[in-house]
Amino acid sequence: MFRLAERLVSTGVLGLNRRNAEYTLAWNPRSRYPLVDDKLRTKELALSAGIAVPELYGVIEIERQTRDLPALLGAYTDFVIKPSHGSGGDGILVITGRLRDMYRRSNGQLMTREELRYHVSQILSGIYSLGGHPDKALIEYRVKFDPLLDSISYQGVPDIRIIVFLGVPVMAMVRLPTRMSDGKANLHQGALGVGVDMATGTTLTAVWRNDVVSEHPDTGNSVVGVKIPNWEVLLELAARCHELTDLGYQGVDIVLDRDKGPLVLELNARPGLNIQIANRAGLLPRLYLVEQHHKELVSVEERVAFARKQFCTLKER
Amino acid sequence: MSRRHPYVWAVSLTAIGLGLFLYKVVLLGFPLTPGTISDIWTVETRVAFVARAEPVRVSMYILRGSQRFIVVSENFISQGYGVNSVPENDNQQGVWSIRKAKGSQTLYYRAVIRRVDTKEPPVRSAPPKAAPAGFEGAYLAAAESLIAEIQAQSADLDGLVGELFKRLNRPQPDENVALLLGGESSMSKKVDIGVRVLRHGRIPARVVHGIRVREYDRDVPLIQWVEAHDGARWRGYDPSTGAAGVPEDYLPWWRGDKPFVELTGANRLQVSMSVSLNEEEAIRAAMDRAKIASPGLLEFSLFSLPIQTQGVYRILLLVPLGAFLLVICRNVVGLKTFGTFMPVLIGLAFRETQLAWGIFLFGVVVSIGLSIRLYLERLKLLLVPRLAAVLFVVVLLMAALSVLTNKLGLQRGLSVALFPMVILTMTIERMSIVWEERGPSEAVQQGIGSLMVACVAYVIMTVDYIEYLVFVFPEMLLVLLAGILLLGRYSGFRLLELPRFKALAERKP
Repeated sequence: MFRLAERLVSTGVLGLNRRNAEYTLAWNPRSRYPLVDDKLRTKELALSAGIAVPELYGVIEIERQTRDLPALLGAYTDFVIKPSHGSGGDGILVITGRLRDMYRRSNGQLMTREELRYHVSQILSGIYSLGGHPDKALIEYRVKFDPLLDSISYQGVPDIRIIVFLGVPVMAMVRLPTRMSDGKANLHQGALGVGVDMATGTTLTAVWRNDVVSEHPDTGNSVVGVKIPNWEVLLELAARCHELTDLGYQGVDIVLDRDKGPLVLELNARPGLNIQIANRAGLLPRLYLVEQHHKELVSVEERVAFARKQFCTLKER
Repeated sequence: MSRRHPYVWAVSLTAIGLGLFLYKVVLLGFPLTPGTISDIWTVETRVAFVARAEPVRVSMYILRGSQRFIVVSENFISQGYGVNSVPENDNQQGVWSIRKAKGSQTLYYRAVIRRVDTKEPPVRSAPPKAAPAGFEGAYLAAAESLIAEIQAQSADLDGLVGELFKRLNRPQPDENVALLLGGESSMSKKVDIGVRVLRHGRIPARVVHGIRVREYDRDVPLIQWVEAHDGARWRGYDPSTGAAGVPEDYLPWWRGDKPFVELTGANRLQVSMSVSLNEEEAIRAAMDRAKIASPGLLEFSLFSLPIQTQGVYRILLLVPLGAFLLVICRNVVGLKTFGTFMPVLIGLAFRETQLAWGIFLFGVVVSIGLSIRLYLERLKLLLVPRLAAVLFVVVLLMAALSVLTNKLGLQRGLSVALFPMVILTMTIERMSIVWEERGPSEAVQQGIGSLMVACVAYVIMTVDYIEYLVFVFPEMLLVLLAGILLLGRYSGFRLLELPRFKALAERKP
């Protein structure tokens, strides 16, 4: 047991206690949390800074509005409903089409209007929100993912999680929904996490439920060695989110849309630690490096260049 | 700077805690272990009432001592009241009076008693004149035939009294007994009728009110006993069985039919009694030394509190200990639990229910509640009404469990009422959400995690020695607090994280 702990320390693996004590508590001012915990505010903030986000169709704030849901949704055949204060991807409903009065979910199931309305009122009651506070439900554009990632995904939209420390992207992974995760891109729900080489945007190994794998569990396709398009743009987008929120340590979730390019889905002030398993590397050495050099890195371009140069995994091998 | 603060605090808290502890142990000689069981108890009666701005007079029976217990000392704690101790028949009465009082008042009577082991038979006494039984009309005839029947069947006093109370205690009493009891089945009514029937048969008899003296007890119930005179001495009988004899730990308080406390000039009377085994002589001696060495220290110690409150703190002081354990389980081991302090409260409830029963009852309530909650999911209710519905279900479940286990004769089942029900409700709600969102395995995992922490907390919190240590040396909690502060800065791995990141360790040998 101690040997294992020792080896993990030497690999520079970041544990939950250390992440809380030395990164989130130390670098993320409490007053900035609402900016990322409330997805509506994140969206507004991003728009004002000119960062692309999925278009907002509507917000439902009170129970009474759920009655007008059909009218509000009238024009759209596909959309996403999510809690504004959701955590861990809970409560997100993806509708891909319609069949008369029914809505088709991304997993193929049909939902009646009544069920949809109940889901929205569940969101409003705060069941999915952090701390159970009353919440708002957002209805937004459903991302049509880039066909370039088609070969490695299965149902739902793959997204790219980039950890940004003091404005420098330090580690990234692609999160692929699986049958088990019900179309959601969250690792603890059974999504697949694939490490990404910071220099080139090429996928490395994958982690599925704490195990290292190299094929997608549903399709059997290899998920290794896929090059993510527009990698530099993605890194810049992530790096700019630091100025947006002032959070020192955050996770930026980006999706690649077929028509609109990279869109920032959400920001996370307490990003998970599984990204280390996906990349088979500890976060600590990279975080130390950034802490030493971040004063010299002013512009977004400098920070991205630093990340691409320092955190190149492929060359190491 | 602020990074160093926790360490500074931790060191100074440890220093203060250990310093006080060592001072008490080394210089004042407080014993580190609870000694042998002593035969000294402190008995306390608390009388509370609301005065109406009139002269107030409170008369209460006080201890006279008995064959087995002698009263070592007694005192009356009352601000501004005049106190008198007057004899009344076979009893002693304490009388508090004040010309004018308003608002809520609390009086204490505290006595120190010592048990003496005597094998001598009770003292002889002349038979008193039998008091009139006071039956009339149909009751007179019923009492007459009842005592005649019993006298015809029994040879001596023991047999007679035994038979009488057996009849009184039958679930389906015969006509005479039913008439006399008049539909009431309380023990005090049975005792009252029994004594009067005996008197009707010209046997001197009386009611004794008293308490059982055990280790630590709050809200001690009054227990009635019956005494009958056999011509030479008084003999005691258990009214619930009719058996002769008095239990070892029975402390008679007063005899006769009058109420314990009589109050004029006030209302809303509340009386409660508590008993505690005295901390043995060594602590007494240490405290006497402390009184001389540093008078302030004990003035503000837990021993200066009324016994009732001391009893509360014996338990309350264990809660921080449970919280400390919880911090270790969550932040060092990495167990997942429902709610932050829920396991500690459940562990505390286990103290009353015992472990096996506690786990069983907790499991039953939570699993039935959970299945009902998962059904409620289908009804599509809003959050707060749904939570309220679950609370209803939990309360009804607890009531049903108590009734059921009582019917089955399992006394322990009644203790389900001690579980904090709001906590149970929240547990069920959170568990069901986890169940829906993350799947049953995660929910069961967290449930088991919570139960494990509760069990560990229970085990630690039930060790008598730990209870003793924390109560006698509450300053040790400061040392624990220091530990908590340090754990608050612990940024190493959690034990359960190691297997999670195992894949990362394999790369570099």
